[in-house]
Amino acid sequence: MNTSKTKKPSENRNKRLIRWFSIICILLIFVFVVSFLSFCIGSGGFFFEKIISVISARNTPEYSILFNIRLPRILLGFAVGGALSLTGVILQGIFRNPLVEPYTLGISGGAALGVALNIVFRIAKIFGVISMPMSGFLGAGVVIIVLYFLSIKKKILEMHELLLCGVMISFICSSVLMLIMAISKTENLQGIVFWMMGSLEEPNTNLIWWTVIISILGLIVSYFFCFDLKALLLGEEEAIHLGVNLERTKKLLFILASILTGLCVSVAGIIGFVGLLVPHLMRMFVGNDYRILNVSSFLLGGGFLIFCDLLARTVIAPLELPVGVITGILGGVLFIYTILKRRLLFK
Amino acid sequence: MLKIKNLVCGYPSGFTIKNISFEVKGNEFLGIVGPNGSGKTTLIKTITKLIRPVRGEIILDGENIGEMNFQDIAKKIAVVPQTFNMEFDMSVEEFVSLGRIPHRKTFQFLETPLDEEITRDVMRLTETFELKERAISNLSGGEIQRVAIARALAQKPQLLLLDEPTSHLDIGHQIRLLDLLRQLNRDNFLTIIAIFHDLNLASEYCDRLLLLKDGRVHSIDSPEKVLTYQILEEVYNTLLVVQKNPISNKPYVIVVPHPKEYQK
Repeated sequence: MNTSKTKKPSENRNKRLIRWFSIICILLIFVFVVSFLSFCIGSGGFFFEKIISVISARNTPEYSILFNIRLPRILLGFAVGGALSLTGVILQGIFRNPLVEPYTLGISGGAALGVALNIVFRIAKIFGVISMPMSGFLGAGVVIIVLYFLSIKKKILEMHELLLCGVMISFICSSVLMLIMAISKTENLQGIVFWMMGSLEEPNTNLIWWTVIISILGLIVSYFFCFDLKALLLGEEEAIHLGVNLERTKKLLFILASILTGLCVSVAGIIGFVGLLVPHLMRMFVGNDYRILNVSSFLLGGGFLIFCDLLARTVIAPLELPVGVITGILGGVLFIYTILKRRLLFK
Repeated sequence: MLKIKNLVCGYPSGFTIKNISFEVKGNEFLGIVGPNGSGKTTLIKTITKLIRPVRGEIILDGENIGEMNFQDIAKKIAVVPQTFNMEFDMSVEEFVSLGRIPHRKTFQFLETPLDEEITRDVMRLTETFELKERAISNLSGGEIQRVAIARALAQKPQLLLLDEPTSHLDIGHQIRLLDLLRQLNRDNFLTIIAIFHDLNLASEYCDRLLLLKDGRVHSIDSPEKVLTYQILEEVYNTLLVVQKNPISNKPYVIVVPHPKEYQK
């Protein structure tokens, strides 16, 4: 008691700020290292030693590989990984369950279905390339509205039932996707397969920039809700007792989550488990304070997806694996591990 | 300070609160007692606007609760729930500091020195300061209740609502907790409304008791007037004997098992 009295409260706060700052610095270093590796390694050759000479000399094929192929992929990986992780953090906060993410709730599936329908009906030909993310957003939105009414508004579903429903929605969406593939023409098949497996190959530079900007805007917007999410840690009624306008907060966060998911899926396809794995790790390391959790999950998610993409490009080079396969294997194993650990802990 | 007028609330299938009116004075310790399903918890939830009433109004310090926003209510009323259902863990200090959320300014990102001072003070007051580094999931039932009260006090409320604060505690922790509540009531001028199942604890600690039956106020008065065997037998529909606690002179309810049980 006496020893603690000597500590001033502001010191306490400064200590925490320094801790948060160093966490962000470490994660930024991680992102830069992974980006640098991803920048230098690839099927087009390794550029470790001559990186500076390649960058300085324009109009060479190497320069073109670096800046037209690898750099956009890094940017897209960062934005998509970050946005998916952030969505995971937000959805876990709303549903107060660590196993929730866009993929397990079927939101990714809905978005992929939306994009597939767009391809089959050639909507992009009429309304331009911007209709791709729009249809992804619509697909995600439909699933989110269904989940919202079943579990939040009418309270028909319990948490575990909601998770089961989410998984079922995922299955239904992928089955419908397969149906579409079975009856669609071969020229559409390539595009749909691409979306089902997830890839960071995106030829449209404008769309990449849009993704980067919107995901970072999403991160900023999420900070308006970090105290509401913190209060929600205690439960819904307790959050109201702490002065949170729960209905409004949930509605806005759901809209944010579906925008981010729809965007990610429409530019990169279904990339599973990033939104599960990254927030899980970050909660273990930095705790459940959303003021640090949001930004650190975003950074780790971005770095993680860049790393997965690096693996996807190099494991069987010159061929390429879909990045969703890598994240699916890594994340799925952790998913099982989490459930087992919880089981063992409570027995 | 709290006025409840002709309150009716419930669901289309039936009303759980049927026309309740009463008044709570400042600095009072009011106990709510009554059989299961008599509307005790519903009443508490209505006071904090978790449930919207069908009719009637709740006036807190001259302001109608129905017209206040959640944040303004949270600055004046704090609630200690029966249990917490937390999926994600945190430290005791973090938990208690959540009570400062209602007092946050719109763009305030960090706790102010005042927030930290209040957090520390309420932890000292509830004797939870030594626990501040511990995780909530590692606390015992008695410790969790004290920490929950610390969090509620961090809101600096005028009115504290508790839903069966002693239900999961052993007799020693029950007394410690209620002594703390009475101390807060007397020394810190906090108005307290608490639901009790244990009539004897309610009798010892409350200034007045509100006895609910079937969603109506059966009686609201001092424990001596409410806890009589006539009233209790009518409300609880069981045989009870009321005597006086020889130490405190408060009414003491003695249960009487069915004759078959004790004549064996």
